[in-house]
Amino acid sequence: MKGATLEDLLREYAPILIFLGLAIGMGLVLILAAVIVAVRNPDPEKVSAYECGFNAFDDARMKFDIRFYLVSILFIIFDLEIAFLFPWAVAFKDISMVGFWSMMAFLAVLTIGFAYEWKKGALEWE
Amino acid sequence: MAEFFNTGLGMVLLILAQCLLVLVPLLLALAFLMYADRKIWAAVMKRKGPNVVGVFGLMQSFADFLKYIVKEVVVPAGADKTVFFLAPMITFVLAVISWAVIPFNDGWVLSNINVAILYVFAVSSLEVYGVIMGGWASNSKYPFLGSLRSAAQMISYEVSIGLIIIGVVISSGSLNFGEIVRAQDGGYGLLSWYWLPHFPMVFLFFISALAETNRPPFDLPEAESELVAGYQVEYSSTPFLLFMIGELMAVVLMCALTTLLFFGGWLSPIPGLPDGIFWMVSKMFIVFFFFSMVKAITPRYRYDQLMRLGWKVFLPMSLVWVVFVAFMAKFEAFGGAYARWAVGG
Amino acid sequence: MTAATLAFYLFAISTITGGLFTVISRNPVHSVLWLILSFLSAAGLFVLLGAEFVAMLLIIVYVGAVAVLFLFVVMMLDVDFAQLKAEMTKYLPLGLLIGVVILMQLTIAFGVWGFSPEAQNNLAAATPTDVHNTAALGQLIYDQYFLLFQLAGLILLVAMIGAIVLTLRHRTDIKRQNIVEQILRDPEEQMDVIDVKPGQGL
Repeated sequence: MKGATLEDLLREYAPILIFLGLAIGMGLVLILAAVIVAVRNPDPEKVSAYECGFNAFDDARMKFDIRFYLVSILFIIFDLEIAFLFPWAVAFKDISMVGFWSMMAFLAVLTIGFAYEWKKGALEWE
Repeated sequence: MAEFFNTGLGMVLLILAQCLLVLVPLLLALAFLMYADRKIWAAVMKRKGPNVVGVFGLMQSFADFLKYIVKEVVVPAGADKTVFFLAPMITFVLAVISWAVIPFNDGWVLSNINVAILYVFAVSSLEVYGVIMGGWASNSKYPFLGSLRSAAQMISYEVSIGLIIIGVVISSGSLNFGEIVRAQDGGYGLLSWYWLPHFPMVFLFFISALAETNRPPFDLPEAESELVAGYQVEYSSTPFLLFMIGELMAVVLMCALTTLLFFGGWLSPIPGLPDGIFWMVSKMFIVFFFFSMVKAITPRYRYDQLMRLGWKVFLPMSLVWVVFVAFMAKFEAFGGAYARWAVGG
Repeated sequence: MTAATLAFYLFAISTITGGLFTVISRNPVHSVLWLILSFLSAAGLFVLLGAEFVAMLLIIVYVGAVAVLFLFVVMMLDVDFAQLKAEMTKYLPLGLLIGVVILMQLTIAFGVWGFSPEAQNNLAAATPTDVHNTAALGQLIYDQYFLLFQLAGLILLVAMIGAIVLTLRHRTDIKRQNIVEQILRDPEEQMDVIDVKPGQGL
């Protein structure tokens, strides 16, 4: 795909869009099939939320541990690190020594952060 | 006739036909893989497994399919209806559209984009939404807890999957699956594939793939002993079926990724034998066999152990490996032998 | 109208619709979902410009990571919607004032808007002809934009430390498993085998 014009590039993306449409259509057909074919006979007991035998006594959407929030923030940071690594890995053969060491410095800085996390116990689940 | 395929409508029809050519065999294969999964699992436990519907029970998945369609769609009281139905749709659609960039043979790919790996990575990072939305929309405790756990688990292992892929990309210098496979075509058959220079990463990738697709031993979102069935508790009928198809298809996608990244895709393992789709499919099936075996023989992890494995073991290991590969390739260690092998130049 | 133009309008409309519903949705979780639609359509727009890498990055980072965080936050907050609505009417005048100021600024900016003479040329050759988008970026970021790249790394470090300082609370009422300690335990030191004679006790 080297030296492709913008039009060629877009032509390669067209199947993804059509495939997406096809997948959405198929999912809709399956859901609608059940809605049309299957009987629907709801009663209060059947539609009540599953709760091991007793009635649900509270709204299920409750507060939860802040640790999930911490995990997702750490994930964002490492995801960005990976995002920076991708172009570097692709152009690896053409990258100069400066480019190579600049990435190593970047990784070293983030490794310091990682070590800090580890030391503070942010990676421990409790 | 050829003229017709150059017009707008003709092109759309052609692409649609190609899409169906990928999707229909894929769904059929999925039905039999489901059956194979259950048979392998049964064989390990010295049971018979499905053996009633059709010869050797081969038609079991199709019978299940019909059963799902005639089941009642139960929408729990207090559920957010739109999101409730959107969640299985998202899971299914995302699992399907990744296949648009997976090549089955040299040039047999729906859309040959430059950033194919990034595309798959992006789509699989979206898969967490099906889980979160399903759990949240049900308005029930078990699905909610299951979905939170599952979301944290999926994002944790995505980091190490990303870093492992970086290692392969350093070697191949491309994000296109076709070019990655061609870069592994070294003339020594299976010895020139990336599983050898990236040896430890094959295991890491496989285990991360298990965690990413919520397969045992990491099936904590649906740990039935504590969470009943995780985020799927309130689902029935075809919405549930969509979740099932989506999950299984993500598993098969991981088989395809393992094959393409580490085991040379459609290349033949022995120099001299012709390459072709046969090799791709058989390699994928072998990887799938391992997925099934793991499911059959391993006990489930505890949640804190799972998070520890992801963040404290896999993340540092894969990061160190990226740096290791980069140094070996840049400074031509061992007289450049490793660099020539892994980077191909 | 070519297919690309059609796709542009499709993505543009869904970006704006997504943005609009993000603001006016009653339920914050729905807002986040609309925001995701907006991000995805914006990624589509980037693809139409030929910026494949940025498009994929937008999905991976914003939809795959940042929006997950948003979802966690709005699910965790447990907001009282009725109260929130009451607050909204209170702050409406201030909000409108800020909106008007921003609108005026935009008008001023658009008043002096003009295309740079190179813009058309840059658009025509969005990527160098012999390498594709991602590789072209790779050759620039780490070398030519060394300082900015390192600053980005430092910002990430600050974010990491900040998140830990703000959110990490250690619970003291639970038992933790220390796997290294478990593995390194020496059975010889942990256990004594004593031969107890019958009738004598220890």
